[in-house]
Amino acid sequence: MHPFSYTKVSDLAGALAAGRRGGRYLAGGTMLVDLMRESVERPSVLVDISALPLGEITATAGGGLRIGALVRMAEAAAHPSVRAAFPVISQALESSASAQLRNMATIGGNIMQRTRCPYFRDVTAACNKREPGAGCAALGGFNRAHAILGASEHCAATHPSDVAVAFAALEANVHLLGPDGERSVALADFLLPPGGTPQREQAARPGELITAVEIPAHPRPLRSGYLKVRDRQSYEFALTSAAVALHLRDGVIHQAKVAAGGVGTVPWKLPAVERLLIGERPSQALWAEAAERAADGARPLEHNRFKIELLKRTVERQLRVVGDLAGGTA
Amino acid sequence: MSRRAVGAPLSRVDGRLKVTGQAKYAADHPADGVVHAVIVGSTVSRGRITAVDTRAASALSGVLKVISHRNAPRLAYHRNPSSNNPETGERLRVFQDDRVRFRGQPVAVVVATTPEAARHGASLVVVRYDAEQPSTDLAGAPASAPVTYARGDADLAVGSAAVRLEMTYRTARNHHNAMEPHATIARWDGGRLTVWDKTQWVVGTQRELAAVFGVELSAVRVISPFVGGAFGSGLRAWPHVTIAALAARMVGRPVKLVLTRGQLYSGTGYRPAYEYRLRLGSDRRGRLTAMVHDIRAETSSYEDFRENVLAAGQTLYSMPHVRQTYRTVPLDVNTPLYMRGPGHVTAAYVIESAVDELAHELGIDPIELRRRNEPAEDESNGMPFSTRRLRECYTVGAREFGWERRAPEPRSTRRGDWLIGMGMAAGAHGTVRNPAQARVVLDARGTALVEAATSDMGPGTYTSMTQIAADALGLAVRAVEFRLGDSGMPRTPAHGASQTTASVGSAVQDGCDKLRRQAIELAVGDRRSPLHGVDARHVTVSAGRLHVTADPARGETYQRLLARHGRARLETLGLFEPGESRFSTAAYGATFAEVAVDHRLGLVRVLRMLGVYDAGRIISPKLAESQALGGMVGGIGAALLERTITDHRDGMIVNADLASYLVPVNADVPDLRAIFLEGADPEADPIGVKGLGEVVHIGVAPAIANAVFHATGRRVRELPITAEALL
Amino acid sequence: MASEPPGSRVPLGAEPASLFSRRTFIATATAVTVGGVAVASDVVPEPSPQATGAPVSGRVSLVVNGEGRTATIDNRTSLLDLLRERFGLTGTKKGCDAGACGACTVLVDGRRVNACLTLAVRLEGAEVTTIEGLAPGGDDELHPLQQAFIEQDAFQCGYCTPGQIMSGIGCIQEGHTRSPGEIREWMSGNICRCGCYVNIVKAVEQAAGTT
Ligand SMILES: Cc1cc2nc3c(=O)[nH]c(=O)nc-3n(C[C@H](O)[C@H](O)[C@H](O)COP(=O)(O)OP(=O)(O)OC[C@H]3O[C@@H](n4cnc5c(N)ncnc54)[C@H](O)[C@@H]3O)c2cc1C
Ligand code: FES
Ligand code: FES
Repeated sequence: MHPFSYTKVSDLAGALAAGRRGGRYLAGGTMLVDLMRESVERPSVLVDISALPLGEITATAGGGLRIGALVRMAEAAAHPSVRAAFPVISQALESSASAQLRNMATIGGNIMQRTRCPYFRDVTAACNKREPGAGCAALGGFNRAHAILGASEHCAATHPSDVAVAFAALEANVHLLGPDGERSVALADFLLPPGGTPQREQAARPGELITAVEIPAHPRPLRSGYLKVRDRQSYEFALTSAAVALHLRDGVIHQAKVAAGGVGTVPWKLPAVERLLIGERPSQALWAEAAERAADGARPLEHNRFKIELLKRTVERQLRVVGDLAGGTA
Repeated sequence: MSRRAVGAPLSRVDGRLKVTGQAKYAADHPADGVVHAVIVGSTVSRGRITAVDTRAASALSGVLKVISHRNAPRLAYHRNPSSNNPETGERLRVFQDDRVRFRGQPVAVVVATTPEAARHGASLVVVRYDAEQPSTDLAGAPASAPVTYARGDADLAVGSAAVRLEMTYRTARNHHNAMEPHATIARWDGGRLTVWDKTQWVVGTQRELAAVFGVELSAVRVISPFVGGAFGSGLRAWPHVTIAALAARMVGRPVKLVLTRGQLYSGTGYRPAYEYRLRLGSDRRGRLTAMVHDIRAETSSYEDFRENVLAAGQTLYSMPHVRQTYRTVPLDVNTPLYMRGPGHVTAAYVIESAVDELAHELGIDPIELRRRNEPAEDESNGMPFSTRRLRECYTVGAREFGWERRAPEPRSTRRGDWLIGMGMAAGAHGTVRNPAQARVVLDARGTALVEAATSDMGPGTYTSMTQIAADALGLAVRAVEFRLGDSGMPRTPAHGASQTTASVGSAVQDGCDKLRRQAIELAVGDRRSPLHGVDARHVTVSAGRLHVTADPARGETYQRLLARHGRARLETLGLFEPGESRFSTAAYGATFAEVAVDHRLGLVRVLRMLGVYDAGRIISPKLAESQALGGMVGGIGAALLERTITDHRDGMIVNADLASYLVPVNADVPDLRAIFLEGADPEADPIGVKGLGEVVHIGVAPAIANAVFHATGRRVRELPITAEALL
Repeated sequence: MASEPPGSRVPLGAEPASLFSRRTFIATATAVTVGGVAVASDVVPEPSPQATGAPVSGRVSLVVNGEGRTATIDNRTSLLDLLRERFGLTGTKKGCDAGACGACTVLVDGRRVNACLTLAVRLEGAEVTTIEGLAPGGDDELHPLQQAFIEQDAFQCGYCTPGQIMSGIGCIQEGHTRSPGEIREWMSGNICRCGCYVNIVKAVEQAAGTT
């Protein structure tokens, strides 16, 4: 680990000032400290933001939720409003990492987390994210965990977060505070697919601070849930995952929000699946038909071809599970 | 009346130390003025080092020294045959030349006053290489000359068999991944070296250090009272042990060297990957006639590592014709080493899968098929079995597991999205015994100290030896203390191959028997003793008191006896020297598994498991059960999760961490149960034990694999069984 | 005992340019559009602590097992290394140093966390409880979970045990002990390579019933 100076800030202005000087924000530290130990990250100034007043979960007008960036994963998962309104968020969080890590890690840090690609994590391997232009060892290497969606010829690393998949499904917005003031960016625009600049992972400006993630209001009742498919039954990142939220009225699906994890370079929204569901009545055939579109546009690599089929089945399964909750499959 | 300690379900005698954090593992020992060393590993798999730039590292505050082949002294590296170094080949000589033989090979070490500075320094050492294309893939690489075995004419017999099967199985490389990383603290006092090390064999590490540094054995002391799991990885002294000692000598201070989790994947051994082709022939009733085994396994380019992968094919089932060819394939990787049930685990997976395939092919129940092929003697050498109660394991297991509920047809039980299946497999592990010694001291307070240079990586050596000693001395368990893990103690074999209880336990038994008899002789020959004149054979000791067996009121305590004689202590040296055996002795087990497989997602969940074992006498039932359950958990890992993955383009191990080399976590493990057949094997050794640590792991993966087949109707001939194989 | 890091500041040594490609930090300034706003994609070059003169070590005062402690530490020091290498509290174990095993689990302000990913310099005023703090008396009295671990034989080698016990205490406090299945899931952040999970679950169940 390279030496760094450490400052702890107590207010937003102080944080922004330190951020503007090039300081790196430190929230739970579960990702940053790990990557610093591997020399993947070498910040010279750490700005401890844990004392900032960003630890609240508040209801927004109309039934949405605003989750402060410093809310711990464990707190967010257990929060009664989150559990009641958006079980998909609680489930995604509780299937993430471990109880200990969730006690440390924050919501802001979670969506900011970097890929678990082994070639990214090993500084001796070629990685365009770490060192633009160096090449990508994963494309021709062991790429079982890599993306089948959204990759470019420069990078195929997945975004490893679970809760970001739930956020993507629910069309969450990321609230940012920077030197130029506040702004809000759709999560879908905030997390960037690699394209030609895999080193750019988020649309955050230098020194910008995430203050909250806001879940917009959704029609009620909204049934939702998260399914995470993995080799090990706990304490592992997703092979594939599906976040599903459905709103039914009179037995007809009026709103469908679906996103997938483990398969994309960013949390992968599935509009084609959603479109097929709207206006239809739940049925096994409908789930299968819609899920058939889940991997549209997928381009597999040597070791992750199976994810195409697995993704479809993951989505189909979770449509059925949530659909049954939402009013029953005929 | 005092109860016997052996066979009683005692809690661990070292439990309190372990639950309070007081048990000292290798890196926990305090050493005054200790400094920290971090190894720099090569980033290529094959080639030569052309430059080592240590300037940046050396300039760091706190860095004391950077050592590489450029400035390391030449070391003696005498041959050391009495170790677990492979017989063929030349061990890695650290910092002695510019050759790189595998990725991660130590090419430098940074010594600094703090762990932070040492680690930072290690990241600043720049090493340049003249790299060559490495060969790291077992598939297709040329093999060395085979080891072979044959009886009958197996090729002919398979060719003419009524039923023939031919399959190729593959097993992944597995790493031990004990929770404690390998670590060494080394300190020189003049020419004397003291090392606190994670090892399963303090004597082995002592020998290796003496050979490497060219010093007398007596100049090296190795201490290792607690081992945080090892499963075989501690059976050899790895290069980092030498590096710690070398660094300590060069900086003139004690050095602590802890391998990072990532460094364990190249700094210590592993269970090699295998390609195993099996052809078998049987008659229509399922009587095996022949098996032909073609086996290929990884080894390194500099050492030929071999393990006992042939025994199971020769002795597990009765058949007239067997041919085996075992080839190792030298690769640009580090040398493998024994991992729990070495060789047997792999062979059992293959043979027990194949037998299951045959049973399915013939429509015979897999247990029945195994019964039909149960040998009457050890067909590899014609010896009678001392005890072989595998049939009983089947009977008890089938009954307790509810085997009769298993539908014969695969893929016939479904619960919702889950396909349910049952499978079983047998396993055997030949009982290993080697010479051992133990010192027994009874003091004037009537308490005993027993010690031997063995170790306890988790099975409970401390507890079982205490139990054996307590019974043999006629003392309460709390009046006996057993110590281990110091090369200055009486010699024992390595703590592996399930030989500790048999070998060290027999030495402890012998020493305690001698001491008890010595005390009794002292008493019966002493006019002032109430036992004076009694025939020594009629004297018993219990609860620290010597008395007439038939008249417990007549006697006296050890304390009184010693006090009267003005003796501060009685001392004996227990010996165990196994003779030539006329019997074939092994521990046996049958493992049963029920699994659920998600029919769409390909996920396998173990629902329950049962192991039934014929392991001879069970000294510590409570601990034995834990060991058996642990063996099953390890087997769940091997069957479903574990594989070390190498990128063959450059030899990089891509999952050298615990987040991506998957071992089972709590959520993976359902209810597990172990049953031990009662009894002892008097031919095995003086205390009747046959060994346990290996056999509980050996049939586990095939039992799960067979259950997966039964659930899904799909036969996956590769471990681990992944989701993609079942989609 | 472990030695003090020299001085209160650890200056940076010269780092060879060959190793440190600053490309990671200094990207070319292209512009992309996000939500209609043009965003420069370059990152402000990070000044080295040496350049800014900012200290790379600091003082921290915290309470460990009820005892106040103050230390001058390198900012890079993890809580795990602080406990083990500076305070001599070696009961807390290092299994991976990367959050992936749970061996280092301790309680910080009452919550179970991974000490290996916790920078010690952040812990000003924090209360840390380690395995050594559970039965401090040295008398026979153990914490009920420690006692349960012994009775249920919930360990073999014992290396993961301090972490398991600290995690188990967290698990019980959090109320995640309503069924064996729930305990399994909520204890899955602690790997036991000896495979003692069945008995760990029993021990946590036992202690949950008594505490
Ligand atoms: C072994 C292991 C297993 C894991 N498994 C999973 C899993 O299954 N699923 C999953 O989703 N995650 C998993 N994780 C990842 C974990 O969830 C993340 O490490 C964590 O969420 C990061 O949050 P943090 O608060 O600790 O972030 P930090 O490490 O503090 O920061 C992460 C990044 O975010 C930046 N940052 C943090 N907060 C802000 C803010 N408010 N504004 C701007 N930038 C900010 C930091 O500068 C840094 O770049 C796992 C991690 C480990 C170590
Ligand atoms: S050492 Fe902290 S989680 Fe492994
Ligand atoms: S007891 Fe050995 S790792 Fe858990």
